[in-house]
Amino acid sequence: MDLLARFLHQHIEMVYVVVLSIFLGIEVISRVPAVLHTPLMSGANAIHGVVIIGAIIVMGQADAHNFLALFIGLVAVIVGTLNVVGGFVVTDRMLEMFSKKKP
Amino acid sequence: MELSILTLAYLIGSVTFIIGLKMLSRPDTARRGNLIAAAGMGLAILGTIFLYRQSSGAPLHNYGWIFTGLAIGGVIGFVAARKVLMTSMPEMVSIFNGMGGFCAALIAISEFYHLLHFNTTGTTGGFTVSLFIPKGMMVIIIVEMIIGMVSFSGSMIAFGKLNGRIKDFTFPGQQILNMAILAAMILLGIYFACITPHLMTGGNNLGQFIPAISPYVFCTVIGLAIAYGILFVLPIGGADMPVVISLLNACTGVAAACGGFLYSNAVMLTGGILVGSAGGILTLLMCRAMNRSLGNVLIGSFGGTAATEGQTHQHGGYKEISISDAAIVLAYAHKVMIVPGYGLAVAQAQHACHDLEKVLEDRGVQLKYAIHPVAGRMPGHMNVLLAEADVPYDKLLEMEEANEEFPSADLVLVLGANDVVNPAAKNDPASPIYGMPILEVERAKMVIVNKRSMKPGYAGIENDLFFEPKTSMLFGDAKTVLQQLIAEIKNI
Repeated sequence: MDLLARFLHQHIEMVYVVVLSIFLGIEVISRVPAVLHTPLMSGANAIHGVVIIGAIIVMGQADAHNFLALFIGLVAVIVGTLNVVGGFVVTDRMLEMFSKKKP
Repeated sequence: MELSILTLAYLIGSVTFIIGLKMLSRPDTARRGNLIAAAGMGLAILGTIFLYRQSSGAPLHNYGWIFTGLAIGGVIGFVAARKVLMTSMPEMVSIFNGMGGFCAALIAISEFYHLLHFNTTGTTGGFTVSLFIPKGMMVIIIVEMIIGMVSFSGSMIAFGKLNGRIKDFTFPGQQILNMAILAAMILLGIYFACITPHLMTGGNNLGQFIPAISPYVFCTVIGLAIAYGILFVLPIGGADMPVVISLLNACTGVAAACGGFLYSNAVMLTGGILVGSAGGILTLLMCRAMNRSLGNVLIGSFGGTAATEGQTHQHGGYKEISISDAAIVLAYAHKVMIVPGYGLAVAQAQHACHDLEKVLEDRGVQLKYAIHPVAGRMPGHMNVLLAEADVPYDKLLEMEEANEEFPSADLVLVLGANDVVNPAAKNDPASPIYGMPILEVERAKMVIVNKRSMKPGYAGIENDLFFEPKTSMLFGDAKTVLQQLIAEIKNI
């Protein structure tokens, strides 16, 4: 319990960001038409690709002689980029079809 | 200076994610929203590569490796996303989601080894050194690894199910096994949180901190997480995959946010949490569209064929209709409504469907599409497919509108849809899909159902609609059938 309280205190700014983001996410989504569920899921899927930044940091901090670390980092960067690039491109392709024929 | 620019880049990135998500939830702005979020992502990535400073103040190194990774992932991702057929979109989303989860798990794994390494060698002999493993960080690493890995293995199974390579699989006690694995992971996580490093007072390691965390235990947790993801998704029926993918999508968001915590990185944190909460809400909205609770989707696995099979075989026969008869009925109707389903998607028949629409409209037949929110394999799947074939947006009716219009329709043409038009959802409380809102096609004057065979649909249950007196069956691949119909109508 003490540990938890101390942790919260030390990271209170981030905890605020987390709590506010949760509400923001709910607010932003709650009135979306069913038509857009798939593109929206796909778009959100691309956005969590932001994890790539963590992969880049891991890669950039890895010891240049530790090949295991380099390899893990490389795989992480590759799959993270797949998530980002693939996610946004797929979403764009879906939405391309909608925007073409707006009434 | 660099750091403040980077902070600014992250702030802009976070804002673009919020704006992007907001715009994605409206049809007219959705595409721009996606591009804005992508631009913000690009900014955040470039900023990280060139401006990030390690805690020692040094810039990142290994640029060759970073750019190699970005290039490989970027090219594969771009090509795969451009090449994939519109019908396989859900599978693609599932794979990309799994990749994100895997990325988060790999970050957690390398941070774990980093901590371990740092703490075993960073001591100086004899003296008490205030090196300790920050417990909060350790817990976050474990949580990120577990969620990321579950999301990865779960998404891979979901992918396999969507393209039909993996069948539903249940065995007795599966839920109990799942619960046991989940409990074991949580217990091991608590164990990681509670242990403290030992100070060696004798032997070769005199004076060194040896963390009591064994890499083997960590590997066990990795294994458990992978197994849990597989076992968690395996029993869930294929029809519920969209909900599962949406849930795993939200999970990956949370894993990404854990990474944000780990590096005190604002853009990862906001991006991850936004996706986590938005994905969570989206999951609930999808469940609501099917009138089922999330718990029901996750635990009450579909496909209770053994229970329903016995009672559903007492039907009379069904009627078949020939292509030329169907063409005549279509050509002389005043108002036709088409109910597209996954069969249309599999057969890539959306363009043929649009051609039929044009031929019929030339003859003065009024034609509309009735779209069930979960028709196909994902919510909105049918809208995307028909939009691809240039079907005008205003011809697509949502479920409520469509149900009001069915009584005035002369003919409903059901193309490869099954569960979304199954009256059992309204009439039969024993049916697994009971309570799901359906398209009430039986209210039209006549129904023609195109299917490849009499096999039950995705939920694995019989459909009484097919045995109704006003229903006629038109067997065959949706695309071939539509093309034949078009040819016949042109000859009339």
